[in-house]
Amino acid sequence: MKLKKLESVLQQVDGFEKPKLLLEQYPTSPHIAACMLYTIHNTFGDIEGKLVADLGCGCGVLSIGAAMLDAGLCVGFDIDDDALDIFRRNAEEFEIPNIDLVQCDLCALEAEAYAKKFDTVIMNPPFGTKHNQGMDMKFLKAALTMAKTAVYSLHKTSTREHIQKKANDWGVKIEVIAELRYDLPASYKFHKKKSVDIQVDFLRFSQV
Amino acid sequence: MKLLTHNMLTSHVKGVTKGYPLLIKATEVKVSDVDFNPQFVSRMIPKLEWSALVQAADELGHRQDLPAELIPDYEKDDDFLKKVHRLLLEVEVIEGCLQCPESGRQFPISRGIPNMLLNEDEV
Repeated sequence: MKLKKLESVLQQVDGFEKPKLLLEQYPTSPHIAACMLYTIHNTFGDIEGKLVADLGCGCGVLSIGAAMLDAGLCVGFDIDDDALDIFRRNAEEFEIPNIDLVQCDLCALEAEAYAKKFDTVIMNPPFGTKHNQGMDMKFLKAALTMAKTAVYSLHKTSTREHIQKKANDWGVKIEVIAELRYDLPASYKFHKKKSVDIQVDFLRFSQV
Repeated sequence: MKLLTHNMLTSHVKGVTKGYPLLIKATEVKVSDVDFNPQFVSRMIPKLEWSALVQAADELGHRQDLPAELIPDYEKDDDFLKKVHRLLLEVEVIEGCLQCPESGRQFPISRGIPNMLLNEDEV
């Protein structure tokens, strides 16, 4: 599937109806999702025929894209009822059979139970900006436990050094695949600007 | 909830030592059509707790002739792989619950999604 086609399909995926501030619910833009998935698939071959996990899947943009790129199965994990409901409806509308969903709290997850069960983990985790500092690292730790081959994730560029240090501590290899401008349109009432660009790293973690 | 996913799920309620495998009590089960990928199924098999899969298949009444023990040389046996494919990916629990074998605590499954969230006192 061509990148443009993937992006245009992902544009049809329904986003959050009433995003919850404290869960940092922002949809991953179709453009960024398509670029991420396309790279993971074409450059690294980590989607087709693989068992993929999407942590903090929200409404399912990344999972649906992965499923369309022929993941063996993509399992989405999220804490929120409403997001999972929208994801489920999206999967039905797109008639995507190779998707499954689990409702759970990734911070309370005993990731060991899933150790190395997934080939690939993809995610756009909460950045930890809403009284939930350190959330991005919790997600990352869980992801690294669950993945056998690689973890693909988005993190604020401003946290790159911190993440690199942690990656060293954990004995994990890190690759900055791309620097992205994450365009966040005003989605909450308190957002004064029309949209804000956040510098974000698209990272690949793998075993050393 | 597909059985490939179910095979990984555990109860982590505080105090539980072995919350696996979760017993399935299904009130609605669906069988869908998923493209058969023999290599994928073949690769998933070693990751599975085979006995948990057999138990789940039994509970759902979809066991058919799935053997209690994994057969050798399954990689080349397309018929066998198709059976496993059907169970892992096509049989889905839509409504029902999962029950912890140790504590009896139930995790509801609604619209195909198992809810593994714990209460404050269970963490």
